[in-house]
Amino acid sequence: MMSTQSKLHIEDVYKRYGSRLVLDNIDLTVAAGELCTLVGPSGCGKSTLLRLVLGQEFADHGQVLIDGATVQHPDSQRGIVYQKYSLFPHLTVLDNVRLGLRLDRQHWWLPWRHDKSADDEALAMLEQLRLTDARHKYPHELSGGMQQRVAIAQALVTKPPILLMDEPFGALDPDTREQMQIYLMELHEKQQLTIFFVTHDLEEACYIGTRLLVLSQYYTDDRGDAPEIGRGAKIVADYDLEVHALPTTVKGSQAYRDFVGQLRDNGFNPGIRKHVREFNLQHPHSFRTLTMQEDGQHGVGLLNSP
Amino acid sequence: MTASFNRPRIARLFGVHAAPSTVQRVLLGALPFLLLLIVYVLASQARLAENPDDRLLPGFAQMWDAIWPMLSEPDARTGHYSFWNDTQASLLRLAIGVGSAFLLAMWLGLNTGSFAGMTALVNPFVTFISMIPPLALLPILFISLGVDELGKVALIFIGTFPLMTRDVHLATRALPPEQLTKTLTLGGGELAFVYRIALPQVLPRAIDTLRLSLGAAWLFLIAAEAIASTEGLGYRIFLVRRYLAMDVIIPYVAWITCIGFLFDYLLRRLRRWCFPWYQGDNAP
Repeated sequence: MMSTQSKLHIEDVYKRYGSRLVLDNIDLTVAAGELCTLVGPSGCGKSTLLRLVLGQEFADHGQVLIDGATVQHPDSQRGIVYQKYSLFPHLTVLDNVRLGLRLDRQHWWLPWRHDKSADDEALAMLEQLRLTDARHKYPHELSGGMQQRVAIAQALVTKPPILLMDEPFGALDPDTREQMQIYLMELHEKQQLTIFFVTHDLEEACYIGTRLLVLSQYYTDDRGDAPEIGRGAKIVADYDLEVHALPTTVKGSQAYRDFVGQLRDNGFNPGIRKHVREFNLQHPHSFRTLTMQEDGQHGVGLLNSP
Repeated sequence: MTASFNRPRIARLFGVHAAPSTVQRVLLGALPFLLLLIVYVLASQARLAENPDDRLLPGFAQMWDAIWPMLSEPDARTGHYSFWNDTQASLLRLAIGVGSAFLLAMWLGLNTGSFAGMTALVNPFVTFISMIPPLALLPILFISLGVDELGKVALIFIGTFPLMTRDVHLATRALPPEQLTKTLTLGGGELAFVYRIALPQVLPRAIDTLRLSLGAAWLFLIAAEAIASTEGLGYRIFLVRRYLAMDVIIPYVAWITCIGFLFDYLLRRLRRWCFPWYQGDNAP
């Protein structure tokens, strides 16, 4: 359905705040149709990276490309869903969703036009996300899960090449959260969306992603130096989870839980900051990772193909 | 056999879990008014019993006798119905002064709240202006703008606009920054954010600020009318003060209070009616 498939390309990006290096040589590409999850401990620079992708801030070095074009400022080339504050409290569900079809950079002062096709589009989007009955309600009258569904509809209605999600289900209770995760995976399957999903929850990242990136400040560098506090974060692991072909039931399977457990045992739990980690993962799917070894003898700092 | 069980006794009127019914609420609300009335009537009767010509605490009959001609008969000199003419003149000044202050405050506050450059340009000056006691400006305004309408309106304006501007500024700043990013990613520009997203969200709060500012506006209106005017509620009060005409002053003050109360009520209804989504105030 969505023909505007595109990808995000981040090239050789460094970002400092004052003297503190936050992002250290970030290189990543999100291909069309991927549901790419980025996981990392809090404070590791996930939000900074997202702000760069949005164009709210700029990298000190390197560049961020959307659809091959350099990011200048936040615009309709990215959709974004936040954990909260995604919806405008003064607009009904329908108005929130059709806002993207009504806003106009130049003619902002004109009264909203009555646009039948835009209304139909918004209503179709609501129908698709099973929100039709709630269309005349205000956001505060909806449950947290419904609000996030509206936020997704709102972001998708302009058909952005890539949908960014910043811990969108972080504030939901576990049951709703699981529902929303399945719901997002289905939506991604059905509409062939490209999604860049940022979270600090490893399980969530593994569960929903077709690809998993791990951002962390903790890794050994080229010389085998132990990590120091205040080092910039790198993408330390890049797993191709290849699950877009798998039904969601597989994601709930024992094999999957084992994989998550393995990651966790190897220190990927963002809650536990191990300074030096050894990765020795056995996983049925292909993955690449930045090897990190305690003795620092191996060539590190490279993404090794399996 | 019906079991008689002990229902926990919840305080019906007072206490943190009290839930007074509507009737109880109205009765409770009326109580202080009733007390004031009783105290006044008793005091007035006591004085009038001592001296039937007492002017200080006139009875209701005296007040009615004094006010009725002003309501129903044109003034011999001007040909106006004094009471209605005074009311109209005062309300017009109030509306123009507060209305223009509100409009400017909305515009300035939205801009300073949204754009850092505008904040730097405007806020120190508005803060400075807000520190001037407006009544101290009164002679300056009357000398420079004349004792006609402009001086009075200007006083109300200067007295109310800094506070409203600062409040709209704060309300705009309090909007989550995510909303700006959302607006931009949905294809809008910065101005679309200010006038399409921020403005409607700030309006209900601004209406509350307007309600609070009306008290100050009345103060400046009465002060300006007391000093130089030929009509108006404040003018009349200070005119008849010379004759100790409490039988006119008290009804006028009561009338002003009623108008203020009514405005407050209407603005609150307007806010509730126009902004059903507003969560800022759940008080009745």
